[in-house]
Amino acid sequence: MFLRMIKGTLFRQWKKMIMIAFTIALGASLATAMLSVMLDVEDKVNQELKTYGANITVVPKESSVLNNLYEIEDGGSGGAYLREDELGKIKTIFWAFNIVDYAPFLNAKATLDDGSEITVVGTWFNHHIELPTGEQLDAGVVSMRSWWETESGEWLDEQGNADENSAMIGTALAYKLNLSAGDTLHVKGTKSDVTLKITGVYDAGGDEDDEIYVQLATAQKLDGLEGCIDSIEVSALTTPDNELAERAAKDPSSLTVSQYETWYCTAYVSSICYQIQEVITDSVASPVRQVADSEGAILEKTKLLMVLITILSLIGASLGICNLVTASVMERSGEIGLMKAIGAQNGAVSGLVLTEIFITAIVGGILGFFAGWGFAQIIGHSVFNSSINISPIVIPMVSVLVVIVTLIGSIPAIRMLLRLSPAEVLHGGR
Amino acid sequence: MSLLELRNIYKIYGELHALDNVSLKVEKGEWVSIMGPSGSGKSTMMNIIGCMDKPTKGEVLLDGVDISKESAKNLTNVRRDKIGLIFQQFHLVNYLTALENVMLAQYYHSMPDEKEALEALDRVGLADRAKHLPSQLSGGEQQRVCVARALINYPEIILADEPTGNLDEANEAIVVDLFHKLHNEGTTLIVVTHDPEVAEVAQRTLVLRSGKLAKEVINENFTGQIKFDHE
Repeated sequence: MFLRMIKGTLFRQWKKMIMIAFTIALGASLATAMLSVMLDVEDKVNQELKTYGANITVVPKESSVLNNLYEIEDGGSGGAYLREDELGKIKTIFWAFNIVDYAPFLNAKATLDDGSEITVVGTWFNHHIELPTGEQLDAGVVSMRSWWETESGEWLDEQGNADENSAMIGTALAYKLNLSAGDTLHVKGTKSDVTLKITGVYDAGGDEDDEIYVQLATAQKLDGLEGCIDSIEVSALTTPDNELAERAAKDPSSLTVSQYETWYCTAYVSSICYQIQEVITDSVASPVRQVADSEGAILEKTKLLMVLITILSLIGASLGICNLVTASVMERSGEIGLMKAIGAQNGAVSGLVLTEIFITAIVGGILGFFAGWGFAQIIGHSVFNSSINISPIVIPMVSVLVVIVTLIGSIPAIRMLLRLSPAEVLHGGR
Repeated sequence: MSLLELRNIYKIYGELHALDNVSLKVEKGEWVSIMGPSGSGKSTMMNIIGCMDKPTKGEVLLDGVDISKESAKNLTNVRRDKIGLIFQQFHLVNYLTALENVMLAQYYHSMPDEKEALEALDRVGLADRAKHLPSQLSGGEQQRVCVARALINYPEIILADEPTGNLDEANEAIVVDLFHKLHNEGTTLIVVTHDPEVAEVAQRTLVLRSGKLAKEVINENFTGQIKFDHE
């Protein structure tokens, strides 16, 4: 009987039910889209921001102390070096998966044939490394300096036809020395000299335009610093800092055991720095604060915007449901009054009406979820140029939201239904 | 002990006394009509007797139990168990068939029983129309479905509010005939009507005016026989 009544109502009031389902679908679709984007935006924004460079720098402890003491930025290693053979360990830390890219740097002072001094920077371009874990990785400045433009020639390809004498030269220096791709340049280091073959001329838009970039081993050989590096730049996916992360960054020992565990097991930039320091001997890893801060600020604001849109859409859906369900109950007041008159208790009638609304809500919610999935992809492709991954957690979240919105939207109608007197609707109160 | 007794019933809306010190008794198996002009308090009295409203003052005794102070929930239970309601506007659920409309009363009372519901429709001569929707039935047929619905749970009182108000003469006769049958079977009937012809076929007619019981007429000629001319 109950099912017959539900079926009868759904079919008889199909226009109204479609409107209710549509309203719920609209709210659910926006909630699905916003929640999906919100849950995926962190990685997306992080990856987007990673194209603007590293967010962690690692330098020898000794040079860090000197730099801090004399407030020098990029003050060089000061005679202390990190070990090249430890580079692979960076991908073995707790948050290894969040390490997107990294590259070592060694600045070698060299002189040209005319006696002028230049900086030759040894680094990885697209260096292929085999990690201690057995994984393989291509890392280096090709992806970490994605904004560099090659004026002529092409990027030095470590895995292609580049040899140990290949080099890239900045536009300013190339202009000064009248060099272009394919030319050679003889440089002399403190320990050896080498004739570099220019594979490309890059425009970095900064001081790097006066430098020459070579493979790490080439720079090490020039100054006789085999196995040594000055610094490491790391690009990592991080979680925006909060109060705990800020406290930990100042002094991890000030945390309680549980706070420490929470901090250590969260991808805060400070905890990743801490973990890098654990694996690189005598190193100090510090966040490039501007980048880390902007990431946090952008993420927080983007998430807040998404939450606001979700809340507003759900409020809108609630109001829509409220109007439609109330109108439906008013339209059916005679029928509801009759049910009460022949013995239906308030619970039975409310149960009937709520079941009808929830069946409609389920249909609307499912349609809304798939529409939301589509919206999320549109947002993903237009904003991030990639798909949005729909996290499985979105399904229960949207389901709960649909239930809450439907319940809230039904409250006025149910209250009206509870107050409805059969005497008034069946033949007037007097 | 009377089946139904109203003792000094008042129903007051602000300044208006819809019922003003009304007392009456209805015995088991009796057929009583309540008459009166519009605004005389007929519907108010029906609402109170039908447990759809409570008096401002006074006592309503059903089977000797005062129900005037009962909660809405308990009144619903009393209505469900003891009273069968028939309305002028029929109030059938229009997406349910005649049979399902009868079963609806069973559903809220205890458990739907299709066979029993079909028998109730047969009693009102509508077994062959059981699968029809209300929109496919005439006014008289719809009212007979209402009678079947009112009867299905074997109530102690059938309370009818203007049961023939929306019917033509022929259908009015059919419904009144049904009341005669029910009365002959021992059912207690209270019929609120403004139609003297319907009122005078009852054993007793109570006339309300301005909320007061103005007159009580015993129908000396009551025979319990079908009086209406079907022609």
